[in-house]
Amino acid sequence: MVVFVTARAAPLFSSQGLSWLGSGGDVDTQIGAMANGATHVQVHLWPLIYGSLLTTALAIVLALAISLLTAIFIVDLAPARVRSLMLPVIRLLASVPSVIYGLIGILVLVPFVGNDLISAGQKESVINVIQLTGAGLLVSVVILTVMVTPIITALTVEALASVPRSWHEGAVALGLNPVRATITVSLRAIRPAIVAATALAAARALGEAIVIDMVSGGKSFSPNPADGLIFIYEPLRTMASTIIDQGENLSVPAVRSTVYALALLLMVSGLVLSLASRLIRRSFRRYELSS
Amino acid sequence: MATSEPLRPPLASAPRQRRGRRSSVRSWRLRDQVVWLCAWLAGALLCLVAGAIVVFLAVKGLAFLRPSLLVESPSASVDQAGSGGFLDPMIGTLTMAAIGTLLATPLAVASALWVVEYGRPRRLAALVETAIEVVAATPDIVLAIFGLALFQFGIFAPLSFRAGAGGVYGRSFFAAGIMMSLIALPLTYTATRNGLRATPRQLREASYALGKTRIATIRRVLLPKVRSDIATGATLGLGRIIGSTAIVVLLLGATLQNSPQGSVPLLGFLRGTGSTLTSYIFENSPAGEGNAPQKAYAAAFVLIVIVLVLNAVVARISRVGAAAAGSSGRLTL
Repeated sequence: MVVFVTARAAPLFSSQGLSWLGSGGDVDTQIGAMANGATHVQVHLWPLIYGSLLTTALAIVLALAISLLTAIFIVDLAPARVRSLMLPVIRLLASVPSVIYGLIGILVLVPFVGNDLISAGQKESVINVIQLTGAGLLVSVVILTVMVTPIITALTVEALASVPRSWHEGAVALGLNPVRATITVSLRAIRPAIVAATALAAARALGEAIVIDMVSGGKSFSPNPADGLIFIYEPLRTMASTIIDQGENLSVPAVRSTVYALALLLMVSGLVLSLASRLIRRSFRRYELSS
Repeated sequence: MATSEPLRPPLASAPRQRRGRRSSVRSWRLRDQVVWLCAWLAGALLCLVAGAIVVFLAVKGLAFLRPSLLVESPSASVDQAGSGGFLDPMIGTLTMAAIGTLLATPLAVASALWVVEYGRPRRLAALVETAIEVVAATPDIVLAIFGLALFQFGIFAPLSFRAGAGGVYGRSFFAAGIMMSLIALPLTYTATRNGLRATPRQLREASYALGKTRIATIRRVLLPKVRSDIATGATLGLGRIIGSTAIVVLLLGATLQNSPQGSVPLLGFLRGTGSTLTSYIFENSPAGEGNAPQKAYAAAFVLIVIVLVLNAVVARISRVGAAAAGSSGRLTL
């Protein structure tokens, strides 16, 4: 698979070296020109890479916070009846097809953000640069967070269940309250599992194409935090959603090699993620449960 | 978060597993009280999101779902009244699920059996593990585009068809189904492998002691033992296949109607292009070309019902399996 995708991406490397990783110009116009038959287009894909990194990073940070809290809730706080409700809920959230999240995003959240959250003044202030419709960073991150939270939660809960009960009880006996005991003892014991879960979720978020294609606005605009709070409404496009977008233009050689280069990049980042998580887990080995 | 109030008990009546003098949340440090509150909120939030999705889809779906939608083929039309139903996408989803599962399950079970029971040479076994890990970590959009590159080769022409200029089109039910099996493969493999690893040695040794060969042991002892694991894995894979959109959009050729190639009944259908419920929803959302939200909602409702049923099946299988194995039910993804 690696060989295949690399071979298809090779023309881009041979014509441009690694400069396509950089920034410069407007990717949309560059790819558009390629699709229309231009042969010597310098393409700069950085905005797409940036879009992927930004959405993934924000979604992972949010999801991690929510997941750990939910895990504490399920393991320590929830009364038995609520707990038996939570597990199916998480399983359900994990198994909802991504296109349904996208549908809800584009039909409910995007109009809501576009009409109610963004003020007319804000729209006017950037009208010369970009049109704010509601589709953009905010909705993408929210949807991605909902998609990856159940993954991290499920794996964390499962790992927490494998921590010997006596460790937790010992901490409580020493005078800690149950929540503090979980934070200081149990969560610390399962750090490798949390890292693994986060890496898995990051890979999922990075590779999510359809949903982002639906709710991100589909413009290779890079939301810039320096613009102030308005940047969370700005549209963007990720690597994965570009592949979907350009699916019809694959017969054009220049577009094809660009798209396969993106696929290669996605694949490499997935491998890097799993490698990194393995390395981090190794450094935690001395905490590992001896079971 | 006014709506989450009912789920949260007042501070004084803390959950009952905490007893004794330190039981009241009020006596905790402020920091811990904040964590306590946030944890409850996070739990309530997730329940709320899940509930909202199901209720919203049910309301919208039932409002737009007509029995006729289920039996009509989609057709090109300007207004929504004339654009038909989603019979073809439903057939597409079933076909996809059938091809993917039928390919993935035997392969996954066979490789899990080989890796756990034989696993020599070691290197090769480790390689198989790594390969399956890589496949599992690959986003389905990359699988899709890889499949496209693969099936456009001349030798795979029988699996799809040749386009006008003589190039192989590379998009068909075969192509998409084979790639779909790669999505399901790691799930079934992992479930089966874990089941086999959890099987006690004594069971195998008892079987050998009775004079059974290795193959007979696998067939008569181990396979029945891990049957529920296989079923769980396969059903999870099935759910993943049904929910996958990227592969369908790129590899099934984005035709809404199933358009067979050639005149052979079944083969022609499988070589042709088509759609599934997921790609139907995608194309009918404002992001696609159809822009018929009502149809998309109706199809999304059908899809979520299928997913809920699959979920119930998985829960049931793993409960039965857990009861048989005497272990506790795990929260599987």
